[in-house]
Amino acid sequence: MAAIKTEGLTKDYRTGFFLKKIRVLENLNLEVEEKEIFGFLGPNGAGKTTTLKLLMGLIYPSSGKAWIFNKEINDISAKKEIGFLPEGPYFYDYLTGSEFLNFYGGLFSIEKKRLRVKVEELLETVGLGEAGKLQLRRYSKGMLQRIGIAQSLINDPKLVILDEPMSGLDPIGRKEIRDLIIRLKDAGKTIFFSSHILSDVEMICDRVAILVKGMLIDTVSVNDLLKEEGGTIEICVSDFERSALERIREFNKKIINRGERIYITAGSESEKDEILKIIFERKGKLISVTPQKKSLEALFFKGMDKGKGKG
Amino acid sequence: MKIFVIAKNTFKEIIRDKILYNILFFAILMIGASVLLGKLSLGEQLKVIEDMGLACISVFGTLIAIFVGISLVFKEIDKRTIYTIIAKPVTRTEFLLGKFLGLVLILLINIIIMSGCFESIIFMISNSLNLELMKAVILIFAELVVITSIAVMFSTFSTPFLSGIFTLAFYVIGNFSMDIKNLGEKSNGLARAFTSVIYYILPNLDNFDIKGKVVHGNPVSYEFIAYSIIYGILYISIVLIISVVIFQRRDFK
Repeated sequence: MAAIKTEGLTKDYRTGFFLKKIRVLENLNLEVEEKEIFGFLGPNGAGKTTTLKLLMGLIYPSSGKAWIFNKEINDISAKKEIGFLPEGPYFYDYLTGSEFLNFYGGLFSIEKKRLRVKVEELLETVGLGEAGKLQLRRYSKGMLQRIGIAQSLINDPKLVILDEPMSGLDPIGRKEIRDLIIRLKDAGKTIFFSSHILSDVEMICDRVAILVKGMLIDTVSVNDLLKEEGGTIEICVSDFERSALERIREFNKKIINRGERIYITAGSESEKDEILKIIFERKGKLISVTPQKKSLEALFFKGMDKGKGKG
Repeated sequence: MKIFVIAKNTFKEIIRDKILYNILFFAILMIGASVLLGKLSLGEQLKVIEDMGLACISVFGTLIAIFVGISLVFKEIDKRTIYTIIAKPVTRTEFLLGKFLGLVLILLINIIIMSGCFESIIFMISNSLNLELMKAVILIFAELVVITSIAVMFSTFSTPFLSGIFTLAFYVIGNFSMDIKNLGEKSNGLARAFTSVIYYILPNLDNFDIKGKVVHGNPVSYEFIAYSIIYGILYISIVLIISVVIFQRRDFK
């Protein structure tokens, strides 16, 4: 059973005085499997939020259909299995953290005693144990994002949909959200989140869909991307003799000197092994070996170029 | 019931907003000021206080109904707080009725506070309570709920500014509905058709106005009150059904 399935999902908006039709999403066919982290990637204005709003029933499709766990999205009971965090934290700022979660629990008719325990537990999970008594207007952006995630988990959903969960957060905040998403996956949930930042998606997603100008460019598995030929590997090394470097330069020209450190970009696995062998032989100090997942980036930009031709 | 969960939250939202206290403060100030005005009139002091007190309750109640009503739904869409609610197993109808109910509850409490102050001033001056006045207060409340439903209807598809103007127009014209009907009966042709359309579309707020009668001691039958309340319920139901139909179809961009 697919967690999310869409068939020919299309959305037009009418704007301006003459109600000119603008297509923001075209013929989207998507399938998100159960228990995977699925990244929905695309530049700003690609139609990511539109897709999520369609799935949530906030807007209605111009044509096409969508299902969540085999239930059509206009079926209200489908929403019992979903948790949703919209883009940008906009919440009832006059409520305190725990009032806020209690309110959403009430919408699921969760029994009072169980809800109280659940709220405590969620506040702990997102690291807001103390802040539960504070009004949301006193929360920082990162705290709002976290209480927003807590809100989406109040019904213990099987599917969690997050719209730009890491936007506007500092590096620590991003990491916390990433860890939280991975924990959710470990708990057996399906996570579908949108982002315009490649590295966030690469780091945690199982599969990625790339959307540009309302059109789905490709759906790829991140693991396949890593294995794929053409992915380069960056090797960083210091305390390395010049003569040894010359040996590498014989077959690899992509060498950058940056002070003490030397960055070598290997084009393939075998090349990487060769370079590492030389480094070990000459007792160079190996600092890091980083696979460069270029192909996702390449795919992203290829899609952008394709989209440009259209609009 | 999910409607009540939303109503409770709406109640909290309005209670924690400062606009309510400002309006309530001025209402009580004005009711108090009626004592001074009463002192200026010879012999008729109590009537002036009663007249002015009821007018205050009506006017300030209307202000709350319109000011809060027009932004009630708009604010949820504008601040995108509605997104998380619609994503839960809550129908749009439940959401809208919950918002409406929350505001009605606020109005009820305000009316109770205002008429409490009002009656205690009357008690201080005449050493007795005039419970006939409460008949007028009950119908004022019914009128406020009608106005609230109209404000909520406009706020499902329009900005607060426009909704405010429309609702105010409904309120003002609705107070002259009897005059409009009389005008129609005296004219003919297009004017007659036009006035009767307005008469039937706009709420007949004359049905809720017995302030003059109770102040001057004219009897008001319970039948009349019952009739007015039934009229109010019917009108509110129709307006709410229209609101729900509009709200169901719209996209939250």
